[in-house]
Amino acid sequence: MKITREEVERVAHLARLNLTEKEKEQMTRDMEAIIGFADQINSCDIHDVKPTAHIIPINNVFREDVVVASMDREQLLENAPNQEQGCFSVPQVVE
Amino acid sequence: MAYQDYEIVIGLEVHSELKTHTKIFCGCTTAFGGDPNTHCCPICTGMPGTLPVLNGKVVEYAIRAGLATNCKINQFSKQDRKNYFYPDLPKAYQVSQYDLPLCYEGAVDIELGDGVKTIGITRIHIEEDAGKLLHGSGEGTLVDYNRCGVPLIEIVTEPDLRSPEEVRIFMEKLRTILLYSDVSDCRMNEGSLRCDVNLSVRKKGAKEFGTRTEMKNINSFNFATKAAEYEAKRQIKVLEEGGTIIQETRRWDEERGMTVSMRSKEEAHDYRYFPEPDLMPIVTTDGTLETIRKSLPEMPDARKSRYLEKYQLTAYDADLIVASRNMADFFETAAVASKNPKLVANWIISEVFSRLNEDQKEEGAIPFGPDMLAKLVNLIEGGTISNSIGKKVFAILWDTGKDPETIVREEGLTQISDDSALRAMALEVIAGNPKPVADYQGGKEAAIQSLVGQMMKRTKGKANPKMVLDLLKELLAGQR
Repeated sequence: MKITREEVERVAHLARLNLTEKEKEQMTRDMEAIIGFADQINSCDIHDVKPTAHIIPINNVFREDVVVASMDREQLLENAPNQEQGCFSVPQVVE
Repeated sequence: MAYQDYEIVIGLEVHSELKTHTKIFCGCTTAFGGDPNTHCCPICTGMPGTLPVLNGKVVEYAIRAGLATNCKINQFSKQDRKNYFYPDLPKAYQVSQYDLPLCYEGAVDIELGDGVKTIGITRIHIEEDAGKLLHGSGEGTLVDYNRCGVPLIEIVTEPDLRSPEEVRIFMEKLRTILLYSDVSDCRMNEGSLRCDVNLSVRKKGAKEFGTRTEMKNINSFNFATKAAEYEAKRQIKVLEEGGTIIQETRRWDEERGMTVSMRSKEEAHDYRYFPEPDLMPIVTTDGTLETIRKSLPEMPDARKSRYLEKYQLTAYDADLIVASRNMADFFETAAVASKNPKLVANWIISEVFSRLNEDQKEEGAIPFGPDMLAKLVNLIEGGTISNSIGKKVFAILWDTGKDPETIVREEGLTQISDDSALRAMALEVIAGNPKPVADYQGGKEAAIQSLVGQMMKRTKGKANPKMVLDLLKELLAGQR
């Protein structure tokens, strides 16, 4: 399966990745190889196979609706690059 | 502008926070408010390496909402990741549902002036709420993740709504249904019920839908109606002037009374959904479904028709009462304990509603039990007190919660129906008020009301007004 440079750029943008020209070239080749590998599945006969939501045959893993203590805020914010007034501080979001 | 030549087509996406104690994937509290980031843990802030576990109540509540809106239930359901970057969502994806929502193909009836209209429910799925963005002191945006991970249901309607008014009626009906099903507090001021309005217009008779715009996160019925009104007019104007509608997300600006275009995110619709690998499928057995179905209370439509039939309420009165489950429960208990259910309804609609309104309380905040209202109604019905004394007793009951029978006894409010005592008093009133007496005798019938007023004043409103009137008429006729 052919992967175009535009596709690589689009996927990179969606993932918020800034790729250099060289990386884009490399990525185009790598993605083509990966997709090609995964493409083999299209040659399988899946006539009788149900769509799989999950590979492990377990359903209904539920938790009781019981409150447990939340994390101490100082600890929660410890690794935040920036914090202010008990909040995570991020670059301004323009709306 | 040829406004009348166009048909407005509206579909809604309603988000409702479920009333679970804990978040959808962790044990943090869902309590509203709280200092920023104090209801958080590594799971709901999306720390690497954490794993979500689904709150079982979320599934139950979503199914309740689905059954209450006549949906079919996907007995095999799963969750999916919806990918997008926005700082209110720390994982950079929202766990939602894509192709197998818990509920689908439902219907809600709304009452319009010219009859009942059925609004299709496309689907109801579960998902997690996002955090809140706040303005920082400087350049930055601050994020509070207390709300992040609070469970939501998203209710998607078919594009069946045809006017802003229908939007308002539908939203009110949906709110009532969610409150009856006991799945959400529906507190709009706390954002626990909000909607996105998808709207397009087309020339009347056209087969194809027009291009739609989406107005996001509207948290009041009033705003939803106003936003739809504005947006319909805007789109018609654009089309009439030969322009085209751009498919975009707009925001309702309440201060300016208009919708404004939000920065269009070109990749916004490329969510790249895929099955959530960290969460197992949800299988609902027939037995579980039946248990949930049985636990649902009677819905407002069914209650209303019962009230019309059993208690002879008017449709208008019944609508007012069934609009709140608390009020309907209160009414019903009082009605059963009273000798006159219709009178109970009258007291609720006039006195109870206006006092709740005055005190700015919600429907559940009546400070006494339904048995007390039944007693009050029975005192009036039995002739012990008049209607106007009833209002006095009601005021004391509201403030003190005392038994109406006790209030009447303590305050000495029993209606005076003692013929001889009233007769003596009436003779005094007639003797003391020659002018109205003469007027009445001279043919001015209304003049007798002033004498009735004197009697009521002397008895502090406790005389039986009907009896007083008859008595005065009788005595005055004798003097003619």
